[in-house]
Amino acid sequence: MATTNEEIYEKVKEALIDALALDDDEVTPGATMVGDLGAESIDFLDIVFRLEKGFGIEIPRAELFPEDILQSADFVEDGKVTADGISELKKRMPFVDFSRFEENPAVQDFGQLLTVQDLCRYIESKVG
Amino acid sequence: MRWFWIDRFEEFIHGVRACAIKNVALAEDYLDELSPGHPFLPASLIVEGLAQTGGLLVAQYNGYQERVVLAKITRAKFHSVACPGDTIRYETTLDDIRNDGALVTGRGTVGDRPLVDLELMFAHLDERIADHDLFVPADFLRMLRILKLYDVGRHPDGSPLEIEPHLLEAEAAAMGLGSPQTNL
Repeated sequence: MATTNEEIYEKVKEALIDALALDDDEVTPGATMVGDLGAESIDFLDIVFRLEKGFGIEIPRAELFPEDILQSADFVEDGKVTADGISELKKRMPFVDFSRFEENPAVQDFGQLLTVQDLCRYIESKVG
Repeated sequence: MRWFWIDRFEEFIHGVRACAIKNVALAEDYLDELSPGHPFLPASLIVEGLAQTGGLLVAQYNGYQERVVLAKITRAKFHSVACPGDTIRYETTLDDIRNDGALVTGRGTVGDRPLVDLELMFAHLDERIADHDLFVPADFLRMLRILKLYDVGRHPDGSPLEIEPHLLEAEAAAMGLGSPQTNL
């Protein structure tokens, strides 16, 4: 039985509520993980655990946290991701909308990008 | 600095469950400092006891090749306090273990009385954090011997748990012995 997008959203929401001690109505598709939901780096390990277990999938770290791109001299200049770097990010993470980030691609702001909907789209690509 | 918050393992099943006891004693300095005249074991040290019990269960699973640290207390509920003279039994169950870390459920009791229920998340440190061991291997094995881990340690099929060769070798080297000794 294939998992519908609705089912994926509900499971992702549940994982976030458990990991971040949130109320039910705090999780919305457009909410950013770091800015709106208050996720810290250790919370991402917790979230990844719960998602891997909940969906029976493996989530390689580099697919959600592209540190190799963000820390590479080939793709970052003066704290900003280069055009090549953005191209790499888009290839690595097709489930993320980078249009806002492209306006000012500061490495330190990257963490603020990921939304609940992005996470759902990522899961859909793994289980679909 | 000594930082033992469990006294002895009572049960240790590889990859499944570990139980240890901690005796709360008036001789321990911090007991009275937190609440003068009303000594009790602080909640943080109860968490540490469960973290040590569960953390060794997680670490032993991969033969102590991973550097295991307590990363997050995902859930904790305290039901009562532990006072001098109490023997706390810490029971931990390995719920999930993956490359990046593990999830452990822990429970503390004093006799029939519930003390605490919690869930702990452990992380496996990778080389981005640091590339050295967290413990000196020979000292680490001495600690495991003191805690009687290998006296009670078993595989799920009941066969005895063996001491990891790299720990035995480090111990033999530290003591200037010709070869590793299982029973010391």
